[in-house]
Amino acid sequence: MTGLAGVYQQQMKTSFAAMLQYRAALVIWLISQVLDPVIYLIVWSTVTAASGGEVGGYTRGDFAAYFLVLMLVNNITYSWIMHEYEYRVREGTLSAALLRPVHPIHADIADNLSSKMISTPMMLAVAVGLGFVFRPTVHLVPWALAAFVPAVALAFVLRFLIEWTLALAAFWTTRVSALNQTYYVALLFLSGQVAPLALFPGFVQAIGLALPFRWMISFPVELLLGNLTPAQALIGFAAQVAWIAIGLVLVRLAWRAGVRQYSAVGA
Amino acid sequence: MTTSTVHVHELTKVYKVAEREAGMAAALRSLVRRKTEDVRAVDGISFDLAPGEVVGFLGPNGAGKTTTLKMLSGLLHPTAGEATVLGFTPARRERDFLRQITLVMGQRNQLVWDIPAIDSFELNRAVYRLPAADYQDTLHELTELLDLGPLLKKPVRNLSLGERMKCEIAAALLHRPQVVFLDEPTIGLDVTMQRRIRAFFADYNRRFGATILLTSHYMNDVEALCRRVIVIHEGKLLFDGDLAALLQRFSSHKTIVVQLETCPEKLDGYGEVVSCEDGLVTLRVPKAETSRTTARLLADLPVIDLTVEDPPIEEVIERVFAQEAE
Repeated sequence: MTGLAGVYQQQMKTSFAAMLQYRAALVIWLISQVLDPVIYLIVWSTVTAASGGEVGGYTRGDFAAYFLVLMLVNNITYSWIMHEYEYRVREGTLSAALLRPVHPIHADIADNLSSKMISTPMMLAVAVGLGFVFRPTVHLVPWALAAFVPAVALAFVLRFLIEWTLALAAFWTTRVSALNQTYYVALLFLSGQVAPLALFPGFVQAIGLALPFRWMISFPVELLLGNLTPAQALIGFAAQVAWIAIGLVLVRLAWRAGVRQYSAVGA
Repeated sequence: MTTSTVHVHELTKVYKVAEREAGMAAALRSLVRRKTEDVRAVDGISFDLAPGEVVGFLGPNGAGKTTTLKMLSGLLHPTAGEATVLGFTPARRERDFLRQITLVMGQRNQLVWDIPAIDSFELNRAVYRLPAADYQDTLHELTELLDLGPLLKKPVRNLSLGERMKCEIAAALLHRPQVVFLDEPTIGLDVTMQRRIRAFFADYNRRFGATILLTSHYMNDVEALCRRVIVIHEGKLLFDGDLAALLQRFSSHKTIVVQLETCPEKLDGYGEVVSCEDGLVTLRVPKAETSRTTARLLADLPVIDLTVEDPPIEEVIERVFAQEAE
């Protein structure tokens, strides 16, 4: 294979090989990915039990379904790029990437895809296992199930673009962790990781509609669980596409400015 | 000059470096108003490299060598002046430019740490879009020249520094670059490995007619590979010409080594005594005095053996920088 497809094929092979060198790390990472939603699930189950079996229309089974699907979607859309860029800039591995006749984002996309190919089946198995414990209420709607696949794919693209753009902050500051922290807090609340957005006050939901976070995680979850009308689903897709367009522009601008900065101050 | 592979004209790089004085008050002041100082890392240098030339790029630490190489390979934007490599402006980082050059840095990691080097090579094959046959040929050649056979399948992290460096060099040359920038390619390697890598680059230059610009702290590297040297100091060009001419111009002294029975009491009259061990005397004499001193030594002393040498190139270079500093 030649061209970009060949680059992806080789990069993914390389990523697989590197990942399999660290099987223990992979398992630990998976556990951390599982723990978060399970903790929220347990909290909400307890709250539901204490308030007579229902919170804002959500039963224990609904919460179980919500957090287990969220766990899967979060795993698929997750990227670790924001933690890595500072290292790349500081250690000069970025210089090596800049000398290659291919945009460095491709290596990251390929790396992400290959890691998801390994982690998604594992997460699916974990979700099924946890399903036996937490007994989710599932009522699948065929069209929503079909729409879920592109919604997750778009969510992945969107989250990746936004996080890759933010990661480039490392070009300007050596203290990216403050920025990362702010982003993760916003993500935690506005992407539905703490609780379904439907349980938040109206103004938070309105903010959620306008920002990209919901479309990166919560939207596919709500869609799969049949919580959305076809009209709401269409709005969701439109928002995803619009934010991806914005993300593409941002990533280009930030990359250009970042490289200019990098090559001005000393690569 | 349109025939130059590398053309550099009045190339300048100025870094802005934040500075503040020690102490709390200065720290607070710097919050409001940053004081920056301009550091001229490269200060208006000009030179041309012809196709196939191997040129040594010398200077002490901080002279601006690495900055220049980074500008020539597109990693740094020049502040002023002009650089073209193979007709391209490096800072634009066009793909056709990147496919034809390489920059090897002593500490650079382009190999993936956890997997065998051969897998990283395969990745480069894809990245540089090398036809399978060309890739196999080059890989075969590099494997032979650098003796990589037993190394290719071991994870990179299990290789020694020298082994890793050889693999890094191979990875950097798989696409057969026409222009090779080498920044301290033999740093940290033992003498045998240094010699091997030198021989390799000489061979690479012959086989592919590649243009090579090399910085090194080891003068042996330069002596073995380069007829021409460019010397820079504090960002400015000090010398550009034949290595022999450099020695001629900057070595004001010669070294006379005399083998005697024992170390005599008084030798000061002949020149500066550098050392005397078991009758082996090393004298430093002004170049103009060489023949007279030699004659006197032979006449006055029971000389067993006598040789006249140019001082080591390190010493000459040191002198160049010392003169400049005065």
